[in-house]
Amino acid sequence: MSSLRTKRFTGRKVSLAISGYIIGLLFTAPYIHMLLTSLKPKSEITAIPGTYTPKVWSFHNYIEVWKIIPLAQYLKSSFFIAFCATVIVLICAVPAAYYVARNRFRGRTAFLLLVLITQMFSPTALVVGIFREIVKFHLVNTYLALILIYAAFNMAFSVWILSSFFSSIPFDIEEAAWIDGASRWGTLRRVILPLALPGLVTAFIFTFIAAWNEFVIALTLTSDVKHEPLTVGLTSLIGQYQVQWNYLFAGSLIAIIPVVIMFALIEKWLVGGLTAGSVK
Amino acid sequence: MGAGEKSSAPISMVVLMRRKQLIHVSSKKSSLNKSRFGALPWIAPVIVMIVVMVLYPAYEMIRTSFHDVDQTGFMKKWNGLTNYRVLFKNPDLIPVMTRTLLWVVVIVLATVLISLPVAQILHSKFPGRKFVRYAIIVPWAASVVMTATSWRWILDSFYGILNTLCLDLHIIKEPIDWLGNTTQSFIWLMVVAVFVSVPFTAYVILAGLTTVPEDILEAATVDGATGFQRYRTIIFPLLRPALLVSTVINLINVFNSFPIIWVITGGGPGYATDTTTTLAYKLSFRDQNIGASASMATINFMIILLFIMAFLKVSKWKEASE
Repeated sequence: MSSLRTKRFTGRKVSLAISGYIIGLLFTAPYIHMLLTSLKPKSEITAIPGTYTPKVWSFHNYIEVWKIIPLAQYLKSSFFIAFCATVIVLICAVPAAYYVARNRFRGRTAFLLLVLITQMFSPTALVVGIFREIVKFHLVNTYLALILIYAAFNMAFSVWILSSFFSSIPFDIEEAAWIDGASRWGTLRRVILPLALPGLVTAFIFTFIAAWNEFVIALTLTSDVKHEPLTVGLTSLIGQYQVQWNYLFAGSLIAIIPVVIMFALIEKWLVGGLTAGSVK
Repeated sequence: MGAGEKSSAPISMVVLMRRKQLIHVSSKKSSLNKSRFGALPWIAPVIVMIVVMVLYPAYEMIRTSFHDVDQTGFMKKWNGLTNYRVLFKNPDLIPVMTRTLLWVVVIVLATVLISLPVAQILHSKFPGRKFVRYAIIVPWAASVVMTATSWRWILDSFYGILNTLCLDLHIIKEPIDWLGNTTQSFIWLMVVAVFVSVPFTAYVILAGLTTVPEDILEAATVDGATGFQRYRTIIFPLLRPALLVSTVINLINVFNSFPIIWVITGGGPGYATDTTTTLAYKLSFRDQNIGASASMATINFMIILLFIMAFLKVSKWKEASE
């Protein structure tokens, strides 16, 4: 009986494993193809029909791309915008999330509703209004415009995930700190924040990636090389007479790889934050 | 007895300390709650950011839709529903709206149908499962613009790898221009949209699957339930919240989807592969028809509000916030 069960189990296991690997391959195939294309010399890219792997493996594109397009400038803009937006989000969201987690107050429900509604709005839906506002404030082609917009639209996720982390920390620990004479702010800084570190990291990485990947607003609000982030700068390569796919993909992969690694780190907490705690 | 006395002293001290603590805590708490500003100093920064950068643009957009706006964006005078009338006179509007409906329904449905088995496989144990899970994250984490670029290259009629692959597998005899006609290119846009939506959905369903108690499944097996019966009567009902929530979030995301269409077809030729989201964008930033664009965007905004209400309902957020 038991041997029969193990046997059936193994057969099932093999087919499961194979379908698992196929799924994994399918979802990474476009990116693997991107990598292989970025390793081909230009002559091989325009071969008809297209080839799977490079005949001559060339890392040349990864060196040349910095000269062909202002990649360093794009990366610098993207990093600066995403980093500032993330810092603003954390500065605003930490106190709000902490207070919401620890107190019942008038307007709490209304506040949470406001947060949840903004979580569901992407800036794409409001781009026409955002553009008018930014023109009014004379902030077209500035980092500040993108930083403020990305911070505002990603506030909700951080408030949500941080408040769920804060409420999971037992109140006793806070009491103990107060008895030892810590102020409310001191308790938050020295006791609560270290305990909620995974939440802070998740909020940080999520906001950073969202700002790093954003396209529509950046496309609308920036039009010079100095302020364009990477997503816009790279796609400007497509519109031209000849698309230089090898450089385009070398640049794209430089942008994608760190982001995927960061995302994998916070995967555990993402679903809970994105569904406002309604699933996990 | 002596030992008892010795130990009683510390106990009473502890009790005393506890009482002190309680007083200490309650005074601290009440002083906080009774402070003149209450919650405001804590939550105001978030409110200010949301009001200025989210609510104000929404207000500005809706206001614009009821005004006469010139090509440079200068708002002249109130003109009621004229912008909406102009928008609805556009012969492309009805086809675009029908296409948007198709876009949202097909993509969301296909996403859920594909994500269910994908999540089931990711949930079961097999060697290397961790790596497969990480592999699925890639399309979720990577910028959609770059994913779309890669697909545009894959679908290229001359150099694209899809033609090479299909020729090698003898599925086709000659290279096909995948984006050659509008129906075909719209189908490919939907394929790409499903491709980027499945990872998130599968992960939400996966989170739902972890809530299914293992012992109940085992008990059902012992009672002779088949795999399908177990899925239908135990697993699926428990997945309902995950399915509902991921469906509504997908509805909103797919409706708002922009980069895929923008990068692969630009919504063209003409407006032939546009959805209402890309149409609103093109009316403003390409055709300089800001009034009509604002009214299109306002209609989109209202549709999203409906989806959000659905989300609030299915996520039971009030219970979650307690």
